[in-house]
Amino acid sequence: MLIKFLDIAIGGLLMGGIYALIAVGFGLQYGVARVLNIAHGEFIMLGAFCTWTLFTSAGVTPLVSMLFCAPFFFAIGFVIYRIFFTPLRASSESPAAFEGNSMLASFGLLFVVQNLALIIWGTPVRGYSYLAFPIHLSGAVFSANRIVTLIASIILGSAFYVFLLSTRTGKAIRAAAQDPDAAELMGVRINRVLALCFGFGTMMAALGGLLLSMTSIMLSPVMGMQYTLIAIIVVVLGGLGNIKGCFIGGFILGLVGYIVSSSQPGLSMVAYYVIFLFLLLVRPTGLLTK
Amino acid sequence: MKTAGNKYGSFIALITLLALLVGVPGYMSSYTVILITNILMYVVLTLSWAIFSAPTGYISLASAAFFGTGVYASALLSSSLPLPVVIVIGGSASFTLAFLVGSLTLRLKGMYFTMFTFGLVELVRNSLHWWEVNITGTVGRIILSADNTAIFYSMVGIFVSVLLVSYLIKRSKFGLALESIGESEEAADHSGVNVTRVKAVTFAVSAFFMGAAGATMSMRWTYIDPTTAFNIQFSFMPVLMAIFGGTGHLYAPIAGATVFSLLEEMLTTKFPYYYMLIFGLIMLAVIRFMPHGLEGVIEKWRHRIKRESIVRI
Repeated sequence: MLIKFLDIAIGGLLMGGIYALIAVGFGLQYGVARVLNIAHGEFIMLGAFCTWTLFTSAGVTPLVSMLFCAPFFFAIGFVIYRIFFTPLRASSESPAAFEGNSMLASFGLLFVVQNLALIIWGTPVRGYSYLAFPIHLSGAVFSANRIVTLIASIILGSAFYVFLLSTRTGKAIRAAAQDPDAAELMGVRINRVLALCFGFGTMMAALGGLLLSMTSIMLSPVMGMQYTLIAIIVVVLGGLGNIKGCFIGGFILGLVGYIVSSSQPGLSMVAYYVIFLFLLLVRPTGLLTK
Repeated sequence: MKTAGNKYGSFIALITLLALLVGVPGYMSSYTVILITNILMYVVLTLSWAIFSAPTGYISLASAAFFGTGVYASALLSSSLPLPVVIVIGGSASFTLAFLVGSLTLRLKGMYFTMFTFGLVELVRNSLHWWEVNITGTVGRIILSADNTAIFYSMVGIFVSVLLVSYLIKRSKFGLALESIGESEEAADHSGVNVTRVKAVTFAVSAFFMGAAGATMSMRWTYIDPTTAFNIQFSFMPVLMAIFGGTGHLYAPIAGATVFSLLEEMLTTKFPYYYMLIFGLIMLAVIRFMPHGLEGVIEKWRHRIKRESIVRI
C-alpha cells in the first residue's frame, strides 16, 4: 500500500515538473505579452524533434543540445513577436482587440509550424532511448531519465524565478505584466520587453519538449495540441503569471494524470478537463490567490 | 429613403441567390452540388457562430463540439427516422448541450471563456472515444447515407433559416440587448437586461444550427468516428471565415465563408501537401493586414463612391 502510494506520488511529481515548465512559458506569453498562444504546443513538438534529430544523427545528448536549443528557440520567439505581434499590437484598437487577434494569429502559427514539421519529419512516430536504466526509490522503480527531467525542470523554473526577481530586465517584465502602458511611461522599452517574454515562453516550450522527448514517449508532429491544453489548465490552476503556482498546478495535474491513467488510460485528458472546469467555475483566478 | 432602397436591393439579391440555389441540382454536375453543399455548411457554421460571438465579443471555439453532437445524433438515428426529423433532433441535442454549458460558463470573462470552449471540444471528443471503446466496443460508425440532392436541399433550408433568425435577432430588442452586452456587460445588467439568460439562450440558438448542419453533413460522410466528427477544424474555420469576411453586416460572413471554402477547395486539389501551410500563412496575413475583413474593404469602397458622387453633384 505504502509502495503503491509512493509510486503514484513520485510518478506524478516526475510528470508534473515538465507540465510546470511548459505552463510557465505559456503564462509568460499570455500574462505579459498578451498572446494566448495556441501554438505553444507546436514549439514543444519542435523542441522534441530537434533533440531527436541531434541525438540520432549527430550523437548530441539531450542535455548538451539544451545549450543549443535554448538560445535558438528564444531567438525564434523573439523574432516572431517583433515581426508579427508588435505591428499587430500597434494596429489593434484596444488591448482586448489585440488579445482576440493575437489568439487567432497563433492559430495560423500553429498550422504553419505543424505543417512545416510534417514536411520536414513526415508522419511516422519517432522515439529514442536515453538514460533509460532503472532507479529504485524506496521500493518504487523509475527510469533515470524521468528523474533527470524533474531536476532539470526545477532548476530551469527556479533560475527564471531568480532572474525575474533580481535583474533589471526581470523588473521590467514584472512592470509590463502589471500595466504595459504605465511601464512604457516609466521608460521601459515595452515592445522589446514583450518580445523578450514571448521569446522566453518559446524557449521554455522547446526545453519542455526536449525534456519530454527524453522520457521515451513517441514523438509525432501532431503531438503539440494536448500539451497546449495541459499548459492552459495548469496556468488556470496556478494563477496567471505565478511561477510557484505553475509548479504546484503542474504537480497536481501530474498526480491526477498518473492516478487516472493507471486505472483508465483513455480518461486522463477528461480528468484534467473536469478539474479545469471545476476550477474555472469556483476560482477562475487560480488556487493561490487570496 | 436610402436605407429602404438598400433593404429592397438586398432582398432582391437574396431571392435571386435562392432561386439560383434551388435550381442547382437540375443543371449542374453532382460535383458542383457537393461543392456547394460544402460551402453552404461553412456559411451556416459561420453565420451561426456570428449570431452569438459577433455582437457579444465572446470568442467561442466550441463550434466543433456542437457540430459533432449533431453528427453523432444523426449517426444514431438516421437508420430509423426520416432526414428532417434527424436534423431537428441533432440541432436540439446541440441546443441543450450549449444551453447547459452556457448557463454554467458564460460568466467567465474574455479569454477564460475562449479557453473553456477550446477545451470543451477535447472533453466531448475524449469522453465519446472512451465510451465507444470501452462500453459499445466500436470506434467508428457507418451511416446509411441519403442522396446528394436531399442533403443539398436540407442544407439550403438550414441556410435560409439561419439567415432569417440572424436577421430577426439583429433587428429585435433581443439583438439590442446582445449588442449592449458586447459594449459593456455591467451597464447592460444595470439597465435591466438579464445578461446570463440572454447570453445562454443566444449561445444555444447558434449551437442549434451548428448541430443541424452536423446532422446533415454526417449523411454525406457514410463513415464517422470521434476524431472526424469533433475535428477542431470546425471550431476555428467559422471564426476565421467570420474574421475574413467581417461581422458588421449579414452579407459579410456569407462572403467570407464562400471565398474561404472555395480557396480551401482550390488549395487541397492543387497543393495537397502544402495546403495547411499556405492556409496558415493566409490566416496570418488576413489578421495582420485586413483587421476588418472583406467587409472593411467593401465599406471603404462604398464610402469612396458615395463621396465622389457627392462631389460631382
